[in-house]
Amino acid sequence: MAEPLLSLRGVQTHIGRYHILHGVEFDVAEGGLTMLLGRNGAGKTTTLRTIMGMWRAVAGEIRFDGHDITHLPTPDIARLGIAYVPESMAIFADLTVQENLVLAARSGPPDRKRLDWIFARFEALKRFWTLPAGHLSGGQKQMLAVARAIIEPRRLLLIDEPTKGLAPAIIANMIDAFRELKDGESTLLVVEQNFAFARQLGDSVAVMDDGRVAHQGSMAAFAADSALQQHLLGLGMDTHQ
Amino acid sequence: MKRDWLPLLLIPAMMIGALPLIGSPASWVTLTVAGLAMGLMIFIMASGLTLTFGLMDVLNFGHGAFIAVGAFVAASVMLALAPWMTADSIWLNLAAIGPAVLAAMVVSGVLGFGFERIIVRPVYGQHLKQILVTTGGLIVAEQLLKVIWGPDQITLSRPAALRGAFLFGDVAIEKYRVLAVAVGLVVFAVLALTLNRTRLGLLIRAGVENGEMVEALGYRIRRLFVGVFVVGSALAGLGGAMWGLYQETVTAAIGAQVAVLVFIVIIIGGLGSVGGCFIGALLVGLTANYVGFLAPKVALGSNILLMAMILLWRPQGLYPVAKR
Repeated sequence: MAEPLLSLRGVQTHIGRYHILHGVEFDVAEGGLTMLLGRNGAGKTTTLRTIMGMWRAVAGEIRFDGHDITHLPTPDIARLGIAYVPESMAIFADLTVQENLVLAARSGPPDRKRLDWIFARFEALKRFWTLPAGHLSGGQKQMLAVARAIIEPRRLLLIDEPTKGLAPAIIANMIDAFRELKDGESTLLVVEQNFAFARQLGDSVAVMDDGRVAHQGSMAAFAADSALQQHLLGLGMDTHQ
Repeated sequence: MKRDWLPLLLIPAMMIGALPLIGSPASWVTLTVAGLAMGLMIFIMASGLTLTFGLMDVLNFGHGAFIAVGAFVAASVMLALAPWMTADSIWLNLAAIGPAVLAAMVVSGVLGFGFERIIVRPVYGQHLKQILVTTGGLIVAEQLLKVIWGPDQITLSRPAALRGAFLFGDVAIEKYRVLAVAVGLVVFAVLALTLNRTRLGLLIRAGVENGEMVEALGYRIRRLFVGVFVVGSALAGLGGAMWGLYQETVTAAIGAQVAVLVFIVIIIGGLGSVGGCFIGALLVGLTANYVGFLAPKVALGSNILLMAMILLWRPQGLYPVAKR
């Protein structure tokens, strides 16, 4: 069996005096989309931030593409080919849309074809190209945050709740974009509360509960097992969209 | 694109408002140029401090040390080149001032590099410790200046070419103030171009807003911060050298004295905002000169009052930086 692109083994993380992750273990296979699900406070965001080195794992090991990245600084982790879209979006509000994307394109000016591909999915970014990002609506900011992560090809995309507050039409565009990315150049690990979105896109799933991964398997099997959904999420995927 | 012009309008509004109070147009022009010169010198000293605060949330109360060191180093070089300073040739005068200013910037920049490594780095993210340790650094630096240069003040005469004033009818404009305005505008233009037209500037502006996200994009913000800290220290040294020539005396307390104005300026401007710092510095310079002429007894507190009024209007300063 091929080595997973990303693997976490026994990862423990503290935030201040709170012990949040209690030995997280899961794998993300290369070329697909893994959904990270769980109730509020289960540790999903902490897991993504720990992978990025923004909060430090105090125990355990995180491996990416054969490298131990557990103790690497955040910029070095990003330079291995991991992009991160935080739940807060963290766009640079005083910079224009253009400047946000130029900054995210580390290797030089953004590729024209790539930009056109992004504009085809997130048209508002083209329209507001020279506007400070702080003037965008919530949904447009979310588009910009995702666009910033995909402005150049990256091996792994870590995306925290991409559909939060988005209109259905934009969610459909995002589904298209993620599909093309996972079928092509990138592997995605997505935290999501929108189960309809998760079921449509996810190839595999890891479900967190109380700082641990309580279940990992295929999305198809999980979507079919309403008892397991009820047990791990407190509700069925059909009842919460 | 919608721009916020209101803070910018404060400067002409203050100038126009002062004219009827002062009465004499000639005095008004003299005071206005003096205010702009003073403001631009403060801007040179403050610009680095506002960026270091914005980038790494570092409250550096030791910034005055770089100002004082710049003033002392420049004074030493100018005194060593005294024959050139007193010569009637403007070229010889500039040949003395140039190396003096350069030496002030280099020594202050190197000091800034050491200050960041030894004093600031261990207290990242701890504001109370930053205040204590950087204030301690300033006190130690002042004492070291007394050890090296002696406890007495150094008298510094301006070179012949920069003494006196240009006369336009009744209006007298001091030559040195014209030079200060020119240097201040050049520094502002270079900073503005760097911040708005280069990738480095883009990184600095993004880092001021959200350093963590800049790191997540793959950039090492610590290195950027050290670079900005060193440049900010060098600019403080340049400002110190110019302030020393402006006052024509240099004492170990020069840095601490000017630092009060520097902090008022960066608070008025909005912490982390170079544009706000520029406008804040001009307002502070103009206020000090106008009030000093109209009501000398309240001149000392006039800038505190200005800061209070601006913070009542805009609690985050004139141009607040959008923080994460």
